[in-house]
Amino acid sequence: MAIIQNDTAGSALGRRGFLKTSAAAAAIAVTGGAIIHSGEAWGLEAKALTPAAMRTLVVLARDIFPHDRLADKFYAVAVKGWDEKAAADAAAKAMVLGGIATLDAIAQSSHGTAYADVAWEADRVAILRQAEGGAFFQAVHGGLVVSLYNNPDVWPLFGYQGESASKGGYVKRGFNDIEWL
Amino acid sequence: MTKFDLNDDSVVVIVGSGAGGGTLGTDLARAGIKTVILEAGSRYEIEDFVNDEWASFGQLAWTDPRSTSGNWRVHKDFGGLPAWIVKAVGGSTVHWAGASLRFQEHEFRARTTYGDIAGANLLDWPVTLDEMAPWYEKAEFRMGTTRTNGIPGLPGNNNFKVLEAGAKKLGYKEVHTGRMSINSEPRDGRGACQQIGFCFQGCKSGAKWSTLIAEIPKGEATGNLEVRPDSQVIKIEHDASGKATAVVYADKDGKLQRQKARVVAVAGNSIESPRLLLNSASSMFPDGLANSSGQVGRNYMRHTTGSVYGVFEKPVHMYRGTTMAGIVQDEARHDPSRGFAGGYELETLSLGLPFMAAFLNPGAWGREFTSALDGYENMAGMWIVGEDMPQETNRITLDPKLKDKYGMAAASVHFDDHANDVAMRNHAYGQGSAIYAAVGAVRTFPTPPYPSTHNLGTNRMSAKARDGVVNKWGQTHDVKNLFVSDGSQFTTGATENPTLTIVALATRQAATIASLMAKNEI
Repeated sequence: MAIIQNDTAGSALGRRGFLKTSAAAAAIAVTGGAIIHSGEAWGLEAKALTPAAMRTLVVLARDIFPHDRLADKFYAVAVKGWDEKAAADAAAKAMVLGGIATLDAIAQSSHGTAYADVAWEADRVAILRQAEGGAFFQAVHGGLVVSLYNNPDVWPLFGYQGESASKGGYVKRGFNDIEWL
Repeated sequence: MTKFDLNDDSVVVIVGSGAGGGTLGTDLARAGIKTVILEAGSRYEIEDFVNDEWASFGQLAWTDPRSTSGNWRVHKDFGGLPAWIVKAVGGSTVHWAGASLRFQEHEFRARTTYGDIAGANLLDWPVTLDEMAPWYEKAEFRMGTTRTNGIPGLPGNNNFKVLEAGAKKLGYKEVHTGRMSINSEPRDGRGACQQIGFCFQGCKSGAKWSTLIAEIPKGEATGNLEVRPDSQVIKIEHDASGKATAVVYADKDGKLQRQKARVVAVAGNSIESPRLLLNSASSMFPDGLANSSGQVGRNYMRHTTGSVYGVFEKPVHMYRGTTMAGIVQDEARHDPSRGFAGGYELETLSLGLPFMAAFLNPGAWGREFTSALDGYENMAGMWIVGEDMPQETNRITLDPKLKDKYGMAAASVHFDDHANDVAMRNHAYGQGSAIYAAVGAVRTFPTPPYPSTHNLGTNRMSAKARDGVVNKWGQTHDVKNLFVSDGSQFTTGATENPTLTIVALATRQAATIASLMAKNEI
């Protein structure tokens, strides 16, 4: 599975507006075998999981580690491994689908809609608080803390410069350039 | 490269190639003694190291199975990873940050100085600072420690400047860029620090001292030292007289080999060393080799640690430059009026974004957590390292179920914080936060301990055989030709980062072993 991306959209996506965030799923459409993000101009094919499940995972990822400066595509990249795991391992697939079903059931009873369609982040977080002790949440959280933050494409958005040895380190590139003290 | 025969029973066999084993092996080789170092990990050189936290962790970290228990938070957060140490030639000197501090005089007399602290198994070392001083001098010289031997201090990076400014506002006096075994100018065939950062991932410039680049090659050049990587030691064998005779290990293909030995020195760090002695139990030594005292594996110490990160209004870029070249030493004294025995250092520390996410508050999620990471660029960081109390019940045992891939019992690490440890950590969190608040931090984060990098005390040194595992030379009380050469010898943990003391002890032990061999006493 690959992220299909329109190059004109990619790096220009910096900070997201509050409205977009609070209605996270609204920007992602489910079509056929893929999810399409019209605002960010990318699509993601789902193989083992349904596009609806992938869309839910993207919303879940943002709710776990919400950074307004990160576009949805970074969360999509961070959770796409679950589609691959589900393709290779029936137990992993059942865990993901079961976990999503649990979130949706809680959301249906409290908000009359699926988890990913609950409009306010705070309401979705309240749903997640009921599920955070479970294996599904733990697995998604544990994977995401690596897959989201170990993506070199997100580092510049946090002011982290990554590898430096090939550039000669920082001895001539600002290791002691602080001026505001 | 020199190769010694498996049946050559005239060699000294050292288990482990880190600060203790790598130094000891090099010194023995230079003294003309044939030496084999068995290293569990592979050999990586400077060009193999990567400036990438997770990739480097995968390359260098010891991730063989281990279990944990106890009330320390590492058990909850990283149950299978009690320690962040290295499995590679050079051991954890590949990963260490370079801080090289001598112990204070009173720290060798912890029981006398601190008194009888409930629950603490305090004991005075059988050596004094006076006895160690010449060995510290030799260690500082060979390691090129800054602020010794006329070597200038490293320049301060942004993270240090924040620490220094805050500490001075609080009235702290002993604030500087540390005594670091990282070249501030070219020395010993190695260049000066390029302020790369990534000190923990293996120094790409070679400015940082490690046994991998600064010791072992010199030992090998004598023709008396053979380092065998990918050699996981399984057990130490002995003869009917109770003398160590051979070391059994699994080679790179998993095939068991037996290297005969005249002398054996164990230097596998404070989890593996006692595990090996326990796994070497025999009918003559049913509780494990050199364990007549019952102290093998006990008194496990890991330093009272924690971190404080502060977020400021403007950028710091703490990750640029030498990771730990910055220290506040004013709290290192023993001053019970603070509510605890012993002292602590505050040292600059930074993590890259990937590890900051993993370690800032493991398990956390939501905006409270992510808003902290949103401040990454404006963050400064420091590490707390203080003396923790030895407790008999904090110990390494053999896990009854968990095995390594050779079927040997894995180490189980039990650790409970002592009340003294908790009081010290809380004091340090307060002072660390105050340092950053003094220079305008908008938020500070008292961050829990990481998996242990300083693992100490599990084969403690004692004057009397009943109180510990080794004597003042690191020679086991029970087996004359068996030595312990790593930080597991430490009787107590002291405040300071341990590597300089491990190297000083190994240098001293090499002279002792050479002398005992010359006199045919071992």
